[in-house]
Amino acid sequence: MKNKLISAPYLVWMVVFILVPLLMVAYFAFTDKDGNFTLNYVADVAQYSQIFVRSIWLAAIATVICLVISYPLAYILTGMSKNTQSTMLMLVMLPMWMNFLLRTYAWMTMLGNNGIINSIFGFFGLGPYKMLNTEGAVVLGMVYNYLPYMILPLYSVMVKIDKSVIEAASDLGCNTWNTLFRVVLPLSLPGVMSGITMVFVPAISTFIISRMLGGGGNLLIGDLIEMQFLGNAYNVNLGAAISLVLMVIILLIMTIMNQFGSDDETVLM
Amino acid sequence: MNSIITLKDIVVEFDGERILDKINLDIKDKEFVTLLGPSGCGKTTTLRIIGGFINPDSGTVYFDGKEINGLPPHKRNVNTVFQRYALFPHLNVYENIAFGLRVKKVPEKEINKRVAEMLKLVNLVGFEKRTVQRLSGGQQQRVAIARALVNHPKVLLLDEPLGALDLKLRKEMQIELKRIQQQLEITFIYVTHDQEEALTMSDTVVVMNGGVIQQIGSPVDIYNEPENAFVADFIGESNILNGLMLKDKLVEISGRTFECVDGGFGDNTPVDVVIRPEDITIVAPDESQLCGVVESVIFKGVHYEMLIDAYDYRWIVHSTKAAEKGASVGLKFGPDDIHIMHKLKETEQFGEETPDEE
Ligand SMILES: Nc1ncnc2c1ncn2[C@@H]1O[C@H](COP(=O)(O)OP(=O)(O)OP(=O)(O)O)[C@@H](O)[C@H]1O
Ligand SMILES: [Mg+2]
Repeated sequence: MKNKLISAPYLVWMVVFILVPLLMVAYFAFTDKDGNFTLNYVADVAQYSQIFVRSIWLAAIATVICLVISYPLAYILTGMSKNTQSTMLMLVMLPMWMNFLLRTYAWMTMLGNNGIINSIFGFFGLGPYKMLNTEGAVVLGMVYNYLPYMILPLYSVMVKIDKSVIEAASDLGCNTWNTLFRVVLPLSLPGVMSGITMVFVPAISTFIISRMLGGGGNLLIGDLIEMQFLGNAYNVNLGAAISLVLMVIILLIMTIMNQFGSDDETVLM
Repeated sequence: MNSIITLKDIVVEFDGERILDKINLDIKDKEFVTLLGPSGCGKTTTLRIIGGFINPDSGTVYFDGKEINGLPPHKRNVNTVFQRYALFPHLNVYENIAFGLRVKKVPEKEINKRVAEMLKLVNLVGFEKRTVQRLSGGQQQRVAIARALVNHPKVLLLDEPLGALDLKLRKEMQIELKRIQQQLEITFIYVTHDQEEALTMSDTVVVMNGGVIQQIGSPVDIYNEPENAFVADFIGESNILNGLMLKDKLVEISGRTFECVDGGFGDNTPVDVVIRPEDITIVAPDESQLCGVVESVIFKGVHYEMLIDAYDYRWIVHSTKAAEKGASVGLKFGPDDIHIMHKLKETEQFGEETPDEE
């Protein structure tokens, strides 16, 4: 009884701010400008499949790169002294406190044809290379911006792994690699799963990064949706339909991921 | 017989505090050695040195005559039953036990056979599929034993492996472990603070206190000829009194003179005198030169334990016959029941817990 009372405000919150908006998105997706039911907009989404594929592809690459960078880093971090650990974590989180736009803008000036990197190449008689306005730049932007969201869940799962279990593995004949694959990896899977979610989901729907670093040629779903609401293509119903399809795709991918991961651990979504 | 493991002048310090102080230990092949001592005396640390989990600050570890300082645990032919089990939480009982064999790429059929053997041995048949979180403490402990033992190591380190079991199961497992040790001819290095367990199972008992080895010997030696008052006190209950060695074979206790069998301490030397409670007989007051009043009588199953106040000391006496509480009685013991030992140095005084943990 008391529990119900305490949870009441949260329930109200969830209904008003989560459930109702979701239903509204669905409503707009399945109606036309006059409010009549139609499947046209949802069907129209199909013509943007190329953009969907590109978004999924780039977000997936960024997620994998984040994982490859973060996993060893998080593992090494847990072996350090407590003080070093907290300093390193500070450094990881520090860029997150800087404005997102500013961070991305900084990369624009660095990657441009007259940017710092090409200037350095020029000094050695190389280049200039086209780096800005490429898919690579978009991926770089995603990795740079979302890396902390991979490191933190990995780290927090790995610090909880009992050191004595690692010792037991070593006692039973495991060298460092064996220990990593037979013990640390399976035990850190929940962290891997939530890290992937935390990077993949914002990366697939970003529009600032692709706009600033990808130029006009590397449109992502996020840009497409933004154009339907704020841009000159103004079409709320199509925007809602795209959002809905994107959500379904993300849900599908995450469900498949969770099947692939451990079955009794629930993953933060 | 050859030594399989030798510790030479091992010193371990944590944060400048000396945890092991010049440990010297020689363990023979196929021997059952028990490290016995109070909590915090460095038993686990000694095992960790042998297992390779920590390196000594100075001193040498030999395995089969070869120095193995710095050799990582997975390269040592030693397995450990950890004090806190350290089971793999992501694996079920079967896979936990099979772990070491899988790492060594033992064929599946052989794994199957050996794990089944182990499950039977530790009485966990039918638990194969359970995750280890869903086991009781005692069951987890038995999985830990099986997981180490299944590898048939040359040396098995067991850190209080039966601590979580009830008395009946503990007794059964003691017998089982001893049988396995003899059958598989594995050297056991066993840690316990249960002195009865140490005395019944071991070939050799190593009594430790405060990071220092107090005595190494067979259970009978340790019990009958304790080298100092700490060992006497730790191994079974004892009456430990201040005495004065008047001359060889004559000792003064509580102002009275007794004949004894020890000598070589020098004349008029202060000594510790140990008399076992079961070596004392209760007689009529006029038959003994040492009289006291019975303060309490407790039934202990096989015998009665009586506390008897005599002059400046409260004696513990074990007897199958109870005296009456409040009665005046005499205490009688023979010359060879009196064990004389050198006084411990002031710093090694036992009995007082030094608070070292904040
Ligand atoms: N990693 C460590 N850092 C600092 N001190 C430690 C560490 N490990 C053990 N010690 C200290 O070393 C001493 C010996 O510890 P050890 O674990 O060897 O005791 P033990 O004889 O096994 O005790 P118990 O019977 O309680 O298990 C203790 O005083 C303990 O506080
Ligand atoms: Mg211990």
